[in-house]
Amino acid sequence: MSESSNQHGWSKAEMADTVIDLIKPGSSLNLGIGMPTMIIERMPREKHVMIHSENGVLGVDGRPSQGSASPTLINAGKETIAIGPGASFFDSATSFGMIRGGHIDFCVLGGMEVDRHGNLANWMIPGKKVTGMGGAMDLVHGAKQVIVMLSHCSKAGKCKLVDQCALPLTGERVVHQVVTDLGLFSIYRGQFKVEQLAPGVTIEKLGMAPELLA
Amino acid sequence: MTVQTKVYPDAAAALFDLKDGISLMSGGFGLCGIPENSIREIVKQGILNIHAISNNIGNSGRGLALLLKQQQISRATCSYVGGNPDLEKQMLTGEVNATLVPQGTFAERIRAAGMGIRAFYTPAGAGTLVAEGKEVREFDRPCVLEFPLSADYAIIKAQKGDPYGNLWFQETARNFSPLMAMAAQITVVEVEQMVALGEIPPEDVHLPGVFVQRIYQGKDYENVTEFPVHRD
Repeated sequence: MSESSNQHGWSKAEMADTVIDLIKPGSSLNLGIGMPTMIIERMPREKHVMIHSENGVLGVDGRPSQGSASPTLINAGKETIAIGPGASFFDSATSFGMIRGGHIDFCVLGGMEVDRHGNLANWMIPGKKVTGMGGAMDLVHGAKQVIVMLSHCSKAGKCKLVDQCALPLTGERVVHQVVTDLGLFSIYRGQFKVEQLAPGVTIEKLGMAPELLA
Repeated sequence: MTVQTKVYPDAAAALFDLKDGISLMSGGFGLCGIPENSIREIVKQGILNIHAISNNIGNSGRGLALLLKQQQISRATCSYVGGNPDLEKQMLTGEVNATLVPQGTFAERIRAAGMGIRAFYTPAGAGTLVAEGKEVREFDRPCVLEFPLSADYAIIKAQKGDPYGNLWFQETARNFSPLMAMAAQITVVEVEQMVALGEIPPEDVHLPGVFVQRIYQGKDYENVTEFPVHRD
């Protein structure tokens, strides 16, 4: 943070903190695989957020100590976790019932592309890479608020916030907010509304056509 | 009057009647809660042309990936293949015909098979490749018609079990296992700890034994942690 004068964009930790600010105290939250798992360590306890992992646990509380880690206590990213007071375990059908039934307030997912209508693509690149959708297709329809966390541009420099997703969709019109290393955006009437820009970032630096931005 | 016991001495005895071409559910999320002994036994038996139904079909070269390495699996129904290079490779070469199912739909289809539900509508997958060729009906939003998913056999692992097949799972090792136990014709359970009838308090039985056909004491558990992350 001391180098903020010439800082350009947010680090992954700062992106996680930007997401955490969106989560209401006392709510339930599901975290997707990849970048979103960083939120586990950074979530302040005093927010009393019940973190859900779709493999069957509600009440994730950070990471275990070396001595207390258990091979049967993991999150959906297959990482070891700790649980807090009030935690519970359940089977996968109950876990997805919580999601589908609208009992989970927020979910944070990784993404490959998000378009201005709130369509999300995050599970396959035809002919190249298939990871599978895991729980993402259920989550995007079940959680009350869907937040996508992704790097703003691909390694080739292409913006991942697009007019229309080219990759196979995970869900149609499901995304509410997007956090990238360059800013925080809301999907608003078919456009990306800039809610916050990261330090050193200007609208021009987003690399997005003006008609995409509200 | 004698009652036939469900208790078998080991994996080989409990899996005596497997044949080529069976459909096989296997519990576990990644490598958490996988039936290690039953998988090792199926590797040893070498049966072929298996339709494997499991969330990940193994991971990191372990679990059901041991069957993939021996080309024992020809069909796979799963939700996530990231972290399973053996499956990704065999999907691309066409050696394994894989069907990817949204994880909640996967769980619910298995649950439906065990619970006698003939079909259900879910929003998951609407407007995506998953909905192709399926009936989509508009409720509050478009929903996809999905059908139950059953299997000839389920192999599952529990921390504790009794001779009737009442089971208790540890932490997040429960995942798909109780659902699969309900959905298969023959459910074969291995336990880390076989306990006497009544030792699991009735309130704490996670899966009632009526869903279990065979049970045995497992051994030599590796209980691998895929990604150990600690705070210290």
